[in-house]
Amino acid sequence: MSHSVELHQVGVTFGATRAVSDVSFTVEGGEFFSILGPSGCGKTTLLRVIAGFLQPTEGRILIGGKDMAALGPNQRPTAMIFQSLALFPLMPVWENIAFGLEARGIAKAERRRKADELLKLIALEGFGERMPDELSGGQRQRVAIARALAVEPQVLLLDEPLSALDLKLRQHMRAELRALQKRTGVTFIYITHDQSEALAMSDRVAVMSAGVVQQVGAPRDLYDNPATPFVARFVGETNAVACTVKGIEAGIATVDCAHGTLAGRAGDGLESGASATLYVRPEALKPGNSADNALAATIERVDFEGAFALAHGVTDDGMQLVASISSTDLAAAPSIGARARFGFNSVNAVVLPDG
Amino acid sequence: MAELYRRFGGGLGTLFLALVAVWLAGMVLAPNVMMIDYALRPNLPPSQIGGANDVYSLDNILYLANEGVHRAIFLKTIWASALVALVTFLVCYPLAFWLAQHATTNQAAIVLLALTIPFWINEVLRTLAWYILLAFRGPLNAVLLSLGIIDEPVRWYGDGGVLAGMTYAYILFMLFPIYNSIESLDKSQIEAARDLGASTWRIHWRVVIPHAKAGIATGCVFTFMLAAGSYVAPALLGAPGSRWFTEIIYNWFFEGGDWNRGAAYALVLLVLCLAVVLVTLKLARVSLTEVAK
Ligand SMILES: Nc1ncnc2c1ncn2[C@@H]1O[C@H](COP(=O)(O)OP(=O)(O)OP(=O)(O)O)[C@@H](O)[C@H]1O
Ligand SMILES: [Mg+2]
Repeated sequence: MSHSVELHQVGVTFGATRAVSDVSFTVEGGEFFSILGPSGCGKTTLLRVIAGFLQPTEGRILIGGKDMAALGPNQRPTAMIFQSLALFPLMPVWENIAFGLEARGIAKAERRRKADELLKLIALEGFGERMPDELSGGQRQRVAIARALAVEPQVLLLDEPLSALDLKLRQHMRAELRALQKRTGVTFIYITHDQSEALAMSDRVAVMSAGVVQQVGAPRDLYDNPATPFVARFVGETNAVACTVKGIEAGIATVDCAHGTLAGRAGDGLESGASATLYVRPEALKPGNSADNALAATIERVDFEGAFALAHGVTDDGMQLVASISSTDLAAAPSIGARARFGFNSVNAVVLPDG
Repeated sequence: MAELYRRFGGGLGTLFLALVAVWLAGMVLAPNVMMIDYALRPNLPPSQIGGANDVYSLDNILYLANEGVHRAIFLKTIWASALVALVTFLVCYPLAFWLAQHATTNQAAIVLLALTIPFWINEVLRTLAWYILLAFRGPLNAVLLSLGIIDEPVRWYGDGGVLAGMTYAYILFMLFPIYNSIESLDKSQIEAARDLGASTWRIHWRVVIPHAKAGIATGCVFTFMLAAGSYVAPALLGAPGSRWFTEIIYNWFFEGGDWNRGAAYALVLLVLCLAVVLVTLKLARVSLTEVAK
């Protein structure tokens, strides 16, 4: 079992900028853990703190139960994969991969053997003598991963490693990374601002915003039970309906809004009479009147996406509404310009307090 | 070339090319051809110039080969110039690395300004400052004496003084090429090396220096050439025992009155410097075009 990573109230301040504040979470050994957040929210900063490039202004970091405060990046059981990959351009691929072994004083023949072994692992056998600039983007990516794995780290830290690749390759590399993680059993901490990437690959995800961790949970959990308005909006598409809480009963909140009375699961800290927002996913909205809750809108356009289509509408009070319609049901979809009613089930909506 | 014509048209382009050609011919080619011509002819009284004795020969160059004292000074100038380049490199590399990778914009600006300002003054005057600093009864000895580091004043003039004066004089020629080349190194390369467990020494040896190789070679070549051709520092800061080859050339021209022999000596120095430079570049696997940049 590889090492776990624990963060206790970690904060980082650059001059007047508070880049990370009061972050606490535990990554289990062997877990694929993602940190998801918009640009500038402090993801890289947090990763650099874990790697040891940056001393946290406050808080503690434990890796494998050991406090890392006094250890530099070269003494920690972590390896980092940089956003730019940072391959050494003047060394052939095999020397790149074996660089960490060279630093550990391992003999050349042994380094070469280990490098060839790793080249096999990343399906680049026979590429050892090439220079990094003679590889494709995806191949360079894999070399960077092999270089980090060569030092047998307990924890691999990846800073948006796929962002430079095109969509097809990115999807392919996602699967490869995931498989590699399962095979090696190394703890992965993976940074991304792409929510579909985080949801697809991770065991658990921490959602960050403005230096603060909003929620930590399994992808499904984040999607179905967002704890904060930020998570509800950032993870997946959603429709947000401003409302006032009328009452809460058995975990279901009844709310008043411009569209009448609606109901949804009550989030933490929701109180009667408070102003709140009801969030309902596009795929939870079904055309028709059948459900208890309904929203009416005038259809503006229907975007065909392949497996499904997104119907964009605007309600009478000017709110944008998005509903997803399965391609197989497209024939029955409301036409553009028509008024349509969309119903949803109360358990498929969540009501969160504002602010 | 084609670019020049495209940009300025036929007439103007040709004019520019002609001007450059004239400049090269007049300022670079002609003096060197004249020097070679002088070097290969004997030193004759005016009445015999163009006479039966005025024939080309290698006598002047052979004279240097057979004259023990001059030969020793010549060889010493070569290796001492290499030493100047090495010492200047050792001084500049850490500074350049710090400036390029660690200093804030303000720190870099202040340091570069502080290093550049003295170079607004003429080289002779700058060397004169060292002459005063290093004097037997000068400030350096006074400070060292008062700190108790030395018991009696040291005679700095000589090899040590020349080395110090030259290292100082050529610092910028070494610093800027190295600084420029290190600055283009992506910081994450250094971090990646460190993250993989490399020591500081290994990071420099395997990542920074290979990246900065062209800059380092450029700096060393400049410094070596300047040192080998230097006259002011050895003349002011040297001692009778630390004569520089340029001083001997000077003597042939202005005291010995033998321009031919002086030209021969200068030619040998030029050729040997070029050879040293080319061999160094070859060893460092840096091409001349990279240096020219
Ligand atoms: N060295 C630094 N000095 C000052 N401020 C910094 C420094 N590094 C980062 N910051 C600030 O800290 C905040 C978080 O930066 P960080 O690089 O962690 O963001 P990020 O989440 O990785 O963003 P991205 O997705 O764009 O890479 C930003 O506001 C940034 O401007
Ligand atoms: Mg980042």
